[in-house]
Amino acid sequence: MTRVFVPADAAALSVGAEDVAEAIAREAAARGVAIDLVRTGSRGMFWLEPLVEVETPAGRVAYGPVSPAEVPALVDGGLFEGKPGPGCLGLTEAIPYLANQERLTFARCGVIDPFSLDEYRAHGGYRGLDRALAMMPGEVVEEVVASGLRGRGGAGFPTGVKWRTVLAQPAGQKYIVANADEGDSGTFADRMLMEGDPFLLIEGMTIAGIAVGATKGYIYIRSEYPHAFRAFTRAIHIARGAGLLGEDVGGGGRAFDIEARLGAGAYICGEETSLLESLEGKRGTVRYRPPLPAVEGLFGQPTVVNNLLSYAAVPTILAEGAAFYANYGMGRSRGTMPLQLAGNIRQGGLVEKAFGITLREAIEGFGAAPPAAAPFAPCRSAGRSVRTCRMRSWTPPSTTRRWLP
Amino acid sequence: MPKRDRWEERNGDSGAAPAPHWDEAPRIRALITAYEGVPGALLPILHAIQDELGYIDRRAIPLVAEGLNISRAEVVGVIGFYTDFREEPPGRHVLKVCRAESCQAMGCEPLAEHLQSRLGVEMGGTTADGEVTLETVYCLGNCALSPAVMLDGRLYGRVTPARAEALLVGARP
Repeated sequence: MTRVFVPADAAALSVGAEDVAEAIAREAAARGVAIDLVRTGSRGMFWLEPLVEVETPAGRVAYGPVSPAEVPALVDGGLFEGKPGPGCLGLTEAIPYLANQERLTFARCGVIDPFSLDEYRAHGGYRGLDRALAMMPGEVVEEVVASGLRGRGGAGFPTGVKWRTVLAQPAGQKYIVANADEGDSGTFADRMLMEGDPFLLIEGMTIAGIAVGATKGYIYIRSEYPHAFRAFTRAIHIARGAGLLGEDVGGGGRAFDIEARLGAGAYICGEETSLLESLEGKRGTVRYRPPLPAVEGLFGQPTVVNNLLSYAAVPTILAEGAAFYANYGMGRSRGTMPLQLAGNIRQGGLVEKAFGITLREAIEGFGAAPPAAAPFAPCRSAGRSVRTCRMRSWTPPSTTRRWLP
Repeated sequence: MPKRDRWEERNGDSGAAPAPHWDEAPRIRALITAYEGVPGALLPILHAIQDELGYIDRRAIPLVAEGLNISRAEVVGVIGFYTDFREEPPGRHVLKVCRAESCQAMGCEPLAEHLQSRLGVEMGGTTADGEVTLETVYCLGNCALSPAVMLDGRLYGRVTPARAEALLVGARP
């Protein structure tokens, strides 16, 4: 049976992916062609959404952007066979935007059905957890320390060192908290993962729980993402049903469960101590530090608070080993970073690259922003706390590093 | 008006008088009971009430306070802190227009202007016929397909003034 892939990511749906999926199902039924219509996350090439992919012996072939009205003509032109023609982009993996990336965290996003545990496993999922279950908690923490992973929320504190602090606290109730209050404009990586590969986050949080001895995790999702909240909640139910969350995770004899919580429209709750206050059911006001959340966090207990993308990097580190992950990147920034290109740019989307890529490479190379047309174009390289820079002021790689986290 | 009087005006009594009869009270109590034993359940409860009624009716406040064994002032404080929680019913449809940086770069300001003049309301207001509430939001996570809006919880990208109007026409009977 021909497998056809249409994203069910909120951004793809926002430009008509649902109507495209319906049109494809209708055309297939009208022609008596049996197809398996798989709803995926997004590949992150948003200027091509809605992107339709068809499985062929050579690999997946992409078409996009596809409008519902174009579907009959595309099917006439051989869409179900992956034939080249107008609207055909060739093999998806060969599109330079994707081919030039180094996707570790986003390897499965847009590829698999996000709610299929079988597909998640078939694409390498839960190998990290299996390895973690066979290790001592301290060994898991040291593996993350050795990988060089630094917090992906912006501050860049070494993730493993934070975990070590929580592990060192006396036994008792400890918590894992994932910060998915992705409030800065121009960011959508968290949303894509929650919708496109939620089991990755569940696996990463579970490994964190096992590493530090926490049995309960919370993910705090901003209320502007109702679609992501529903997707993630659904994934939690599936994982619980399969015994991958609960009293005996994966048959390894350790307990861990996750609860998804919805924010309520407060930007400040992206700050970790405000987020903890909000989880406790209070106004999201900032706490004084010390004590650090690692010592006295949620409900006064030792708590790991990490950005969602930090947890998402962990399954790869455990599955492939710290050295594999640390082999990517430069200087003290190891591994890969999902960059999000947005605004007035030709090819907006998600680019996962090893640290070391320059702003110019990201914006002119991936974003296809014309270099000569706008020499004074302003650019924001992070959230609201980072100053705006002009394109002309982008200096060679050796000094652009100060603009990077 | 002194602060204390205003609070009492908004919240009924000063503590001693019994709560007046309210038809929705059993339904709201049932929502609160569902969260028994859940730590830090105030936000989920307020979301549940708002999902049920469309807003947080002030008559729900003493019920929530009682259910969680906290003061009514704490409940009022939390409702006031978070922009999501409404104290008045919204219009039949809620249209949120993203006005964060990425959408600004793609023309959300003219879009917001257009919608305000077409609907005859300011941002944050509801049309006179109670059909549409127009709101500002800062980032819907659809930045690569700016400008973005959300209508009744559904996300839309690359929204021109014409497309926004078509969405509203489609949503209204």
